[in-house]
Amino acid sequence: MNSNKSTQPQYERFTRLNRALHIFTILSFITLSLTGMTLKFSYTGWAVGLSRFFGGFEAAGFYHRLAAFVMIMVFLIHLVDLARLKISSGWTFKDMLLHPNSMWFNKKDWLDLKASLKWFLGQGDRPAYGRWTYWEKFDYLAVFWGMVVIGSTGMTLWFPEFFTLFLPGWVLNVATIIHSDEALLATGFIFTVHFFNTHLRPEKFPMDIVIFSGRVPLEEFKLDRPEEYAKLVENGELEKHLVEPYQPIVIRAIRVFGTVALFTGLFIVVWIIYAMIFAYR
Amino acid sequence: MYEIVREPVRTSLLHKTFIFALTYLLIGWVNPVRLRAQTLDNEQCLTCHGYRSLERIENEESISLYVDRQVFNHSVHNVLSCTDCHEDALPQPGKPGHSPGLQKVACGNCHRVALQQYSMSLHDKRVAGGEELAPMCQTCHGSHDIKPLASPESNVRPIKIPALCGSCHHEGTEVSVRYNIPQDKILENYSQSMHGEGLLKKGLTVSATCVSCHTAHRILPHTDPRSTIAKQNIASTCSNCHTEIERVHQKVIRGQLWETEPHKLPACVDCHQPHKVRKSFYIEGIADEDCQKCHADQEIKSSLDGRSLFVDKTEISHSRHAQTACSQCHINVDPRHDRPCETLTEPVDCSICHESQGEDFRHSIHGELVAKNDPNGPSCTECHGDHSVQGRANPDSPIFPTNIPNLCGNCHRTGQDAAVRYEGAEKDIVFNYIESIHGKGLLKSGLTVTATCTNCHTAHREQPASNPNSSVHPNNIAGTCGECHMGVEATFLKSIHSPMVSQTDERLPVCSTCHSAHTISRTDEENFKLQMMTQCGQCHKEVTESYFDTYHGKVSQLGYTKTAKCYDCHGAHDILPPEDPDSRLSRQNVVETCKTCHPAANRQFAGYLTHATHHDPVKYPILFWTFWAMTGLLTVTFLIAGLHTLLWLPRSFQWKRELRRRLAAAEQAEQFDGNTDEENNEQQ
Repeated sequence: MNSNKSTQPQYERFTRLNRALHIFTILSFITLSLTGMTLKFSYTGWAVGLSRFFGGFEAAGFYHRLAAFVMIMVFLIHLVDLARLKISSGWTFKDMLLHPNSMWFNKKDWLDLKASLKWFLGQGDRPAYGRWTYWEKFDYLAVFWGMVVIGSTGMTLWFPEFFTLFLPGWVLNVATIIHSDEALLATGFIFTVHFFNTHLRPEKFPMDIVIFSGRVPLEEFKLDRPEEYAKLVENGELEKHLVEPYQPIVIRAIRVFGTVALFTGLFIVVWIIYAMIFAYR
Repeated sequence: MYEIVREPVRTSLLHKTFIFALTYLLIGWVNPVRLRAQTLDNEQCLTCHGYRSLERIENEESISLYVDRQVFNHSVHNVLSCTDCHEDALPQPGKPGHSPGLQKVACGNCHRVALQQYSMSLHDKRVAGGEELAPMCQTCHGSHDIKPLASPESNVRPIKIPALCGSCHHEGTEVSVRYNIPQDKILENYSQSMHGEGLLKKGLTVSATCVSCHTAHRILPHTDPRSTIAKQNIASTCSNCHTEIERVHQKVIRGQLWETEPHKLPACVDCHQPHKVRKSFYIEGIADEDCQKCHADQEIKSSLDGRSLFVDKTEISHSRHAQTACSQCHINVDPRHDRPCETLTEPVDCSICHESQGEDFRHSIHGELVAKNDPNGPSCTECHGDHSVQGRANPDSPIFPTNIPNLCGNCHRTGQDAAVRYEGAEKDIVFNYIESIHGKGLLKSGLTVTATCTNCHTAHREQPASNPNSSVHPNNIAGTCGECHMGVEATFLKSIHSPMVSQTDERLPVCSTCHSAHTISRTDEENFKLQMMTQCGQCHKEVTESYFDTYHGKVSQLGYTKTAKCYDCHGAHDILPPEDPDSRLSRQNVVETCKTCHPAANRQFAGYLTHATHHDPVKYPILFWTFWAMTGLLTVTFLIAGLHTLLWLPRSFQWKRELRRRLAAAEQAEQFDGNTDEENNEQQ
């Protein structure tokens, strides 16, 4: 990299708030999975060691609840952010869902999916993906759903004395199963499918730092998401989204953080696979 | 005549008296002499014999032939005529008086029983042997002056007997000089003895005199097996008076030993010296000094096997047996021999005093080995020592509590003989014991009340756990532990695990099942707490497995003990099935039980399924279907996403090359615009 390149204006894809929320999501999610897995896979030596590392099941439980609090805050802040968007734009809920830049699925996603499958099978070109691809929307909605499900069951287990005031005791057992298996799904999905789709696929390997930097080089943006680019150029809004790139040191810090997060995630996957296959009882 | 006999033990004395009286009367009545008319008036005899000066010269000694009329008339024989006894003194026809040289009077003509007994005696034997010192009837009873037994003037009244016998049997008499009589100072000792004092000082005429033990007429040496003072007869002789002596000598002569194996017992006189029976004399026994004459020599060795026979007197005097005489243990010594121990054949049998311990020992595995002459069987001395034996309260004793693990370890420590032969499941017994709570309590904290080997296995009756009589047999363990752990046993016996509550063929757990035997630890130790769950799981397999599926179980499995474990909810020694109203998990108790950890617990909270598993569709259908719904969701999601990814991968490589090509092209285009930038290596 030379100075020339680093001064080229880049397209800003993610707002500062969203990038911050993602970092907190990563931190809390990894903490939650590590501490939670010690219980789920308590029959493995791995879990015992990890639990010790955290300083015992009570300390691990504390970190789990602390991370849960952080994640709930992330979730709430995001909801507030959405509410602010709704208010500032004057959109109805329906508008929110059906807007072309909405995270909700729309017709283009269906077409993209079909076109993608064709592309995969050598029956066509790479589709002209827009601002949000269908797999990105799936990731987002899965996490959204997961937070609700895992969060609500988690609260039940956090305050069982309170919840059994109006729910039967066996609900705690059901909540345990849902909490645990939904968490397994989330962890497994994020650390394999999301990792591949977003970071590990060859053209992004080893990671796509846009979620941290928020910026993507214009040329790359043009090629990766031609539909969005075209729309921005068409509306004359592209200039509005161009920003200065970050200093190399910032980029390096981002890469270090990303690498650690990536490896932690992959490590967890390896551990889950080991526990499921070799130590399952 | 038997109806007057009330107590069998008194039979002999009363019986003999009675028989004697009866015989006396019968003989008196039917005696031909008595029936014969007095052929000669006594006055006729006294015509001559009434003169004091009547005498006969024999061997140049004058022998008085005077008979004092007064004395005779007061004698017991005053109804008899002279010729009843002096049968050959009938006057010869035509001559005054009788022919000289009358035969000796035969008292036995009338006193047949006495004669019969006397004729068996040592005295008679000596008389027959021409021994002039040997006593005959009149030596003791007198002749014309014989008084009735009841008369205070009788020579043979009890109070006079010691002096009578002592007239020959005291120091310095010819008898004592001429004959080797093993006892010395007989009269002196007797008069100081309990018996002598009773008789002579207190006037108790029932006190034993010489004849009480030696008999009056049938006196025999103690070496004669017929003698009343022969070793095997002493007990019955003494018990003529001391009829219930076994009550105060329980340890020595209790039970069967007294009847069946009298040779194993010391004779009365081994402890109570025959003529010195007195408390102050007991301790001396057969003079230890005599034994020390030889055994004080450090060089003395057994002629049989060369082992040292040296006996350190100070060792004994500092031992528990300081007050015990050699011969009380080495009972077969015979003081008549120069070496009284010559007659020893059997090793010391401690059970002659320590009877119950001996009985226990014979029933122990150790005793069984010893009985089989197995060299591995430890005898008393191997644990207790011999002459240096100490009580268990003495810290120097090998059986002092803190020394016991070592003592037993001599054979049972890993690598030692007994440990090598042992085939059971216990390993490193002594080492584990020392590390156990009992071992630490005993050896580190010095709590001498802590359980040592012998508290559980008993000191003398140890048996393998497989033996139903063993203190550590599963059926007896609760009782054994309960000796110290008060209350626990009672609680346990009311629990579902008690054989008194559960009638089952399956093996019920006992104390050691959960607490182990030698590795027993504090119950508040983490390891113990965690181990308990596996322990319960050995029998309660399914519920334990499902427990480990729940939060409590998972935390426990991670090695933390702060969540509920089996016994936190079910109880430990008081465990009862939840149906039982007294159970900690019964409907009325369960919420309280939950509250011990979850103070805000409520009725519905207690409905949490603590042993839930999602593998049982019948018992827990909701959990089962929830689990499979979640698993289905997982599977479908991963299948679709996985397939999508796999299909994507090859295109992605292709697209990477395409991107690089296009970016390079774009770069070239920019170079034409004056920009010399290498684009986008970042993502590569």
